[in-house]
Amino acid sequence: MQVERHDIELSVNGTIYRRAVESRILLSDFLRHDLELAGTHVGCEHGVCGACTILLDGAPIRSCLMLAVQANGHELSTVEGLAGRDGELHPVQQAMHDHHGLQCGYCTPGILMTMTAFLKQNSEPSEHEVREALSGNLCRCTGYQNVVDAMLAAAQTIRAAP
Amino acid sequence: MKPAPFKYIAASSLDHALALKAEHGDEARFLAGGQSLIPAMNFRLARPSVLIDINGLGELAGVERSEGAEIRVGALTRYRSLESDSRFLTDCPLFADALPHIAHPQIRNRGTIGGNLSHADPASELPAVAVAMQARMRIKSAKGGREVAASEFFQGLLTTDIRSDEMLVEIAFPAPRARTGTCFMEVARRRGDFALAGVAAVVTTDAKGRCSQLRLALCGVGETAVDASTAAASLIGQPWASEAIETVVSEVQAMIDPPGNVHASPDYQRHIAGVLAQRAITAAYSRAGHAG
Amino acid sequence: MTTRFFGAPVKRNEDRKLLTGQALFVDDVELPGMLHIAFLRSQVAHARIRRIDVSRALARPGVTAVYTAADLGEYWKAGPLLVPPPPIEGSIFNARTQVPLAKDKVRHVGEPLAVVVADSRYIAEDALDDIEVDLEILPAVVDCEDALNSATHVHDDLGSNMAAHVRQSKGDYRRAAANAHLILKRRFLYEHGISSPIETRGVVALWNARGQHMTIWDTTQAPVFVRNGLAAMLGLGERQVRVIAPFVGGGFGPKIMMFYPEEVVLPWISMRLNRPVKWIEDRLEHFFATTHERGQIHDAEIALAADGRILGIKDVFMHDTGAYDPYGLTVPINSQCTLLGPYVVPNYDSTFTALFTNLPIVTPYRGAGRQHGVFVMERLLDLAAHALKVDPAEIRRRNLIPPDAFPYSNEIIFQDFQPLEYDSGNYEPVLDKALELIGYDHFIRDEQPRLRAEGRCVGIAVACYVEGTGIGPYEGAKVQIQANGKVNVATGIGTQGQGHFTSFAQIVADELGVDVTDVDIVTGDTDQFSWGAGTFASRGAVVAGTAVSEASRAVRKKALKLASDVFECSEDDLVLADGKVSITGISQKFIRLGDLAQRANPMRGAVSPGTEPGLESTQYFGPPMGATANGVHAAIIEVDPQTFDLKILKYVVVHDCGTVINPMILAGQIHGGVAQGIGNAFYEKLSFDEQGQLLNASLADYLLPTALEVPRMELDHTTTPSPLNPLGIKGAGEAGAIPVGPLFAQAIEDALDLKRNEVELLEIPLSPSRLFELTRMARVR
Ligand SMILES: Cc1cc2nc3c(=O)[nH]c(=O)nc-3n(C[C@H](O)[C@H](O)[C@H](O)COP(=O)(O)OP(=O)(O)OC[C@H]3O[C@@H](n4cnc5c(N)ncnc54)[C@H](O)[C@@H]3O)c2cc1C
Ligand code: FES
Ligand code: FES
Repeated sequence: MQVERHDIELSVNGTIYRRAVESRILLSDFLRHDLELAGTHVGCEHGVCGACTILLDGAPIRSCLMLAVQANGHELSTVEGLAGRDGELHPVQQAMHDHHGLQCGYCTPGILMTMTAFLKQNSEPSEHEVREALSGNLCRCTGYQNVVDAMLAAAQTIRAAP
Repeated sequence: MKPAPFKYIAASSLDHALALKAEHGDEARFLAGGQSLIPAMNFRLARPSVLIDINGLGELAGVERSEGAEIRVGALTRYRSLESDSRFLTDCPLFADALPHIAHPQIRNRGTIGGNLSHADPASELPAVAVAMQARMRIKSAKGGREVAASEFFQGLLTTDIRSDEMLVEIAFPAPRARTGTCFMEVARRRGDFALAGVAAVVTTDAKGRCSQLRLALCGVGETAVDASTAAASLIGQPWASEAIETVVSEVQAMIDPPGNVHASPDYQRHIAGVLAQRAITAAYSRAGHAG
Repeated sequence: MTTRFFGAPVKRNEDRKLLTGQALFVDDVELPGMLHIAFLRSQVAHARIRRIDVSRALARPGVTAVYTAADLGEYWKAGPLLVPPPPIEGSIFNARTQVPLAKDKVRHVGEPLAVVVADSRYIAEDALDDIEVDLEILPAVVDCEDALNSATHVHDDLGSNMAAHVRQSKGDYRRAAANAHLILKRRFLYEHGISSPIETRGVVALWNARGQHMTIWDTTQAPVFVRNGLAAMLGLGERQVRVIAPFVGGGFGPKIMMFYPEEVVLPWISMRLNRPVKWIEDRLEHFFATTHERGQIHDAEIALAADGRILGIKDVFMHDTGAYDPYGLTVPINSQCTLLGPYVVPNYDSTFTALFTNLPIVTPYRGAGRQHGVFVMERLLDLAAHALKVDPAEIRRRNLIPPDAFPYSNEIIFQDFQPLEYDSGNYEPVLDKALELIGYDHFIRDEQPRLRAEGRCVGIAVACYVEGTGIGPYEGAKVQIQANGKVNVATGIGTQGQGHFTSFAQIVADELGVDVTDVDIVTGDTDQFSWGAGTFASRGAVVAGTAVSEASRAVRKKALKLASDVFECSEDDLVLADGKVSITGISQKFIRLGDLAQRANPMRGAVSPGTEPGLESTQYFGPPMGATANGVHAAIIEVDPQTFDLKILKYVVVHDCGTVINPMILAGQIHGGVAQGIGNAFYEKLSFDEQGQLLNASLADYLLPTALEVPRMELDHTTTPSPLNPLGIKGAGEAGAIPVGPLFAQAIEDALDLKRNEVELLEIPLSPSRLFELTRMARVR
């Protein structure tokens, strides 16, 4: 079969990219290997682990379950875009550091993307709500406790912010 | 775990999508949320040669309703928009119970009701909900449209009544009835996993509190969603009584033939189907405003 | 040394890179001209290979090469025996190690048959379908009990499926049993699962023909071993090979092997094609291509005195080692030794048989067989408590090794070839703390009866364990003060999230009077440090940490000596703090460490004999034997008596791992271990069919616990320093995972009052469906 390519244009963390992609390239591979935004990780390629979670027009999705060509015309955010330009960590990143919410850090980008979106919608979550929101991100290292604590703390910081 | 090659076409209109499907038939698949199709393609269990992306078809997404009339849900409506549509959840409260059991927020942001029902996973929550609610499935092809009752739509394991040139375009749910309570419950290994067994119950009572209609559907315990309403026939015309429900439980258990899987033996599935039927009917009664 | 950092919950140096997506993992390595690799893996568990035809695959556009075992020629060799068996008299051990690509036979599903090199992984996977394989399917040996007498042999030349047979004993069990008040005998089944780190394995190999140099990025836990081994195989000197284990996304044991086939094949391909090549294991491959830990069947008996004291234990068990046994006896010996736990067991007679099966290879995974032994012991004690009408916590207390009995010898040999001797410990306070934290007495007296009256099924459990940690042989570290004042530390171990970048920095920072953030740690790069063994058996902090401590102490000495020359004063008058050396009491008289480092490498003036340039030192540490940590877990669990689903209401861990370097990191290790233990106890089960096919090879069906299954844990600890290293530390990497199985069994039995119905939970993992079957069988009886 002739390799079929599509021209796409998309924004990632505010930067516009134009590329020609093969139909079957997964968005996760495209981000990691074509755009070299390797902060988005891949752990299963069947939608379960959550390591590949990014924001599509502000909503968390699995980048391993979307084709790159489908991202045409959309706005994406990845972990590389979370911290401020001056390097200041996002409150969720900072809280993860403060509370030791990461060990190997492989699951971390997916957790950060899921939870920044969640805390934007619900900045006063209960512990149970945090755990529900986290349940689509597998972490094999932390046992989640410090991640949960980090999120409860981050929520507080976000609430207090002017 | 990378998909095999295929031709990708973004449909520009419903007619375009239907024309493409008519042209490519079984070789082609519609790409809706992709949350079942793409994992299957990554495992190379599915190898369509053409993908017709319908995500750009805004006309297929959204909920429409008018007072007292049926509630029409476009096939491309994502779980997420149903979850955040409080009016829809009030009108179709089974969804309020069932949606949180479907996968995780990230997947609900993409997955669609039409993709779910077309995929017809017997362990999925929504086919049972559709059957319990007596939903009508509206199907279209380039040649025209037709309508099928949910109970006839699901024909077997991952098989529906949709033909190779057709698309599911809309799902219609009956307008809410008075004195009706509903409940969906399931047992899954973890939150977000497919159900080992699940039960959707819709109980309508008359002014005297007697059961006038009882719809019961199960997921996870057969090749399709199982319509088990007949198992509850003995309750019709009767006032609430917890002993009467015990009979329903054994009827339900007798009529299903669960396949079992790596997580649950057939006997366990049968057992919890009964437990859940009892709990769901009881809760539905109570939500209909009666003792339970 | 003043301890500003040692013992404090210092935040991690490595976090920033990981939090901003800047940390380098193996799959992030992008090289110009890189080709991508996919392996054709056996779909069947046992077969003779008749023919493999790769011609169609070679013809596919985008495919550069396809190789089978035949192409490897002389290079094709079975892997080395990574851990030889300890010298236990009378033991049998048959070494059969894995091969790079299957040649005559395939012995488990997923064993590689051929390898495709292509422009992209997508094309490489396309080409896998083009390869034609003709196999003569053989019956599969799947069950380790059947394996013993099966006419089918995994290794034809062996004449049986026996991989090993070992007996170890102390005292005289038979005599002890003859005088026992009570003897209980049961069969126990314990299955452990797969480690399933969120990052799968991966290898990138880059051959530089002009420089005659090979660079390998590898998700290994033991870069130095891999480098030395590969250099030898490739016919290169060790200096010509550099292995980098960059950031690694979790390991838990299985990321250390010698070798995985992919580690052997990729460098060879890179040399042959003179191109960089990359292979990243996908999740499906991970279920077969990365090693497992699996099942043991124990027939165990315990002899007791009337007061519940253990008189002796006899255990005969079978251990499934999979298709090959590169790890020697490590896992079953751990089971055999760790079974004894924190208890006085005067007489012990333990025999195991390890069996080859047509299933993926078994090597250590967090706990490494310890779980199996602890399950048997803890369950035996529960049964004994019930039979003797003694409280389960009390029967444990009565059997604890008293504090004055240390060092305590168990008179058998441990996996590190040393006698199993516990270095130090004080067990009763740990138990007391755990009982207090869980509210043991209150629960049994008030809570449980009250909740039961409401119709709720709640149960309590308490389980004890010891963990042999920090074993040898040795690790080393090089500490160097640089001219910019920062301290560089290199060690040979790999790191997969254990916080070494921080805990080692804490040790150095205190010794050299610098800030933790001014210490840069390099792990897992053989060009930086090329001696050492690896990260396993909870040994990183203990063994490498001590080497780091020794090396920084030596550097401190050098710095003080040099500064005393500069200031022409005695070393005793100098203080090392805030990145400088100053004279006591005259703080304006100081020299920065960076400047001192520069002076230590003079442009003029000789380095006199007996001294070295630079503020640098390399030191090694090899403990005489492992340090023994211990702990107690306790939990309150509620079970739905109809669906058998459960909820953990409270979870407590109290442990003693000696002196603590960083309590925050330690707590994280415990949390993570408990989560894996919960997975093992109730969610994770590898389901094989009779043909050796894994029926649940996906993360949708192999159930890793999520944030909703893992409860909040309450932690506490006591401190009994180890006398075996100057810092007094013991390892803690596996403590969280070890006793969760018996804890679940005990709590569920209690919640459902199963003992009254004569239902005993003698297996792990459990599940709602299994609990239903077990209780229903009892009802039928
Ligand atoms: C980790 C994970 C967990 C999950 N857990 C659950 C769960 O617990 N319960 C559950 O129900 N689901 C679960 N799912 C599946 C999810 O709900 C899917 O979204 C859903 O089954 C399919 O919807 P989709 O829109 O993504 O369809 P797609 O994946 O795009 O399509 C599915 C199939 O339907 C066809 N199709 C799609 N739309 C139409 C249409 N309008 N007309 C005709 N054919 C169409 C496609 O061609 C394809 O064959 C899970 C998925 C993942 C990845
Ligand atoms: S890689 Fe996408 S969910 Fe695991
Ligand atoms: S920190 Fe390692 S997987 Fe989450």
